[in-house]
Amino acid sequence: MTDISKIPHIDEIFNHGEYHGSEEKKRATFVERSASQNKIVPSLEDAIIKSGLKDGMTISFHHHFRNGDHVVNMVVDKLAEMGFKNLTLAASSLASIHSHLIEHIKNGVITHIETSGMRGELAEQVSRGLIDCPVVFRSHGGRASAILTGELHIDVAFLGAPSCDPYGNANGYSRDDDNGIACGSLGYARPDATFADTVIVITNHLVSYPNAPWAIQEYEVDYVVLTDDIGDPKGIMSGATRYTKDPKELLIAKTAANVIEAAGYLYDGFSMQMGSGGASLATARFLRKKMIDQGIHCRFALGGITGQIAAMHEEGLIDRILDVQSFDLDAALSLKNNHFHHQIGAIYYASHLSAAAVDQLDFVVLSALEIDTDFNINVLTGSDGVIRGAIGGHPDTAEGASLSVVVAPLTRGRIPTIVKHVNTIVTPGSVVDVVVTDRGIAVNPNRPDVKEKLVKAGLPVFTIEQLRERAEHLVGVPDPIKYKDRIVGVVMYRDNTIIDVIRQIDED
Amino acid sequence: MKLIKTSTAGTMESNDIMITLEPREEGGISIDLTSNVMQQFGRQIENVIRETLTKNGVENAAVIAVDKGALDCTICARCCTAIFRAAESDAYEWEVKQNVR
Repeated sequence: MTDISKIPHIDEIFNHGEYHGSEEKKRATFVERSASQNKIVPSLEDAIIKSGLKDGMTISFHHHFRNGDHVVNMVVDKLAEMGFKNLTLAASSLASIHSHLIEHIKNGVITHIETSGMRGELAEQVSRGLIDCPVVFRSHGGRASAILTGELHIDVAFLGAPSCDPYGNANGYSRDDDNGIACGSLGYARPDATFADTVIVITNHLVSYPNAPWAIQEYEVDYVVLTDDIGDPKGIMSGATRYTKDPKELLIAKTAANVIEAAGYLYDGFSMQMGSGGASLATARFLRKKMIDQGIHCRFALGGITGQIAAMHEEGLIDRILDVQSFDLDAALSLKNNHFHHQIGAIYYASHLSAAAVDQLDFVVLSALEIDTDFNINVLTGSDGVIRGAIGGHPDTAEGASLSVVVAPLTRGRIPTIVKHVNTIVTPGSVVDVVVTDRGIAVNPNRPDVKEKLVKAGLPVFTIEQLRERAEHLVGVPDPIKYKDRIVGVVMYRDNTIIDVIRQIDED
Repeated sequence: MKLIKTSTAGTMESNDIMITLEPREEGGISIDLTSNVMQQFGRQIENVIRETLTKNGVENAAVIAVDKGALDCTICARCCTAIFRAAESDAYEWEVKQNVR
């Protein structure tokens, strides 16, 4: 070996000096090694101690276990028991099952929450002023971007996984057997795995290395905790999302499919995303018929994936599926078995910072709780002003798609869907193109091209003001919700600018 | 109309209202309303109940109303039925309303 200082330009070639011998040669088989040299720690408590978590830090969770999740409650119980205080809980979303957190907010373990949405008792209490610091609501794309840029810095991520190997390769299903829990894609856990300082995978199913295919790769994982119970399979997934039989929803779906066709976005090689609501899901059924009749196919379907989309993939109507979240067991099975049903992470799905998959959408069909005459959409607070929903990918896909179609019944019971002002703006009217109800269609005035085509096709097009009047004529004008001045929630648009706030409801 | 006995009309189904009407000798009309749209429509539901009773000449009554999002026309119809049942009368005055879209 020559003197390395004599190598020309050596100052510009990064190196660690001269080679000084390799590590000791391994002799055990890899199976023997994986039993002793691995990332498995004896308990959740050990993992928390090793993570270096301190008071005031941020912990994160994914919501792929939906209302069957036991991970959030289990971890926060343990953190409370260990005496942690003043933590920020940053979940990709929260469900009714997380009402257990109320106790830990009251006792000061959790003092701030970031999420896509919340439901049930926790949401009720937040709306009534449970937490001093307003809850931050982000879209799936907005959360991914905030994690990517460090605006949302995660100290410790606690990621539940239905399968994991001793080194941390984790997935939402297992290739090794069919009996375990399956949640399908772990797309919303992937930014956390990549950017959190410490990543703890919590699994009920330890499999041999390598757990391929994986959602989370081993080099992002620090510790693996084995536990009996990560969640209730019944709450994590239902068998298959059924098509609605509600004639009102079917009428809306049929009209939405006609709108997409008339607007010119149903062509050979198109792309689409369907929301999980009854009417938006049923739209796929009417599109399927049109596709077969016209002999055209879909290049890719994106998003939260249901069994219906998977079935269309299996019958050859959809070339590729990009799956950030699997909504039912049929979708999860398709992800496991179909090579071109591909798992993607939240950044790839919807971050506004890069060219995301949502930007390649021809159309998206979305639901809404409220729509106002400026086309603003609310999917987060109910007509009584109480939080009861989630932003999800609503603003991401509405902005990303060339045609965003929002489907909703004109009235729900006595509650009008189309109003003068929505309680909470989640998706701005500027990115909403067409509203389809059971009593007619309204096209955003900034899309005269679409309106012209729909009118030409003989579809029942009205102004949004006319639809609002129709709703009002049926049900009357609701008295306005009474709010206090205090802000309990901050709503972020997909670029993490503040688009609206949620105030405490006034019940006095 | 003179109320003779306690009566009920309506169901607990969505978009319906269950009206229970009790005769009173005095004290005017009292309304005990529960509704899943209380915040938005509670005031208006009470108004429709009160107007319907007054129009039918009922001055004193205790009303228990359980609303599941009924429209005004439904509330009015259930109230009328309760009144006629409470009065043990079938002298309905049918009318054709114009301008119903």
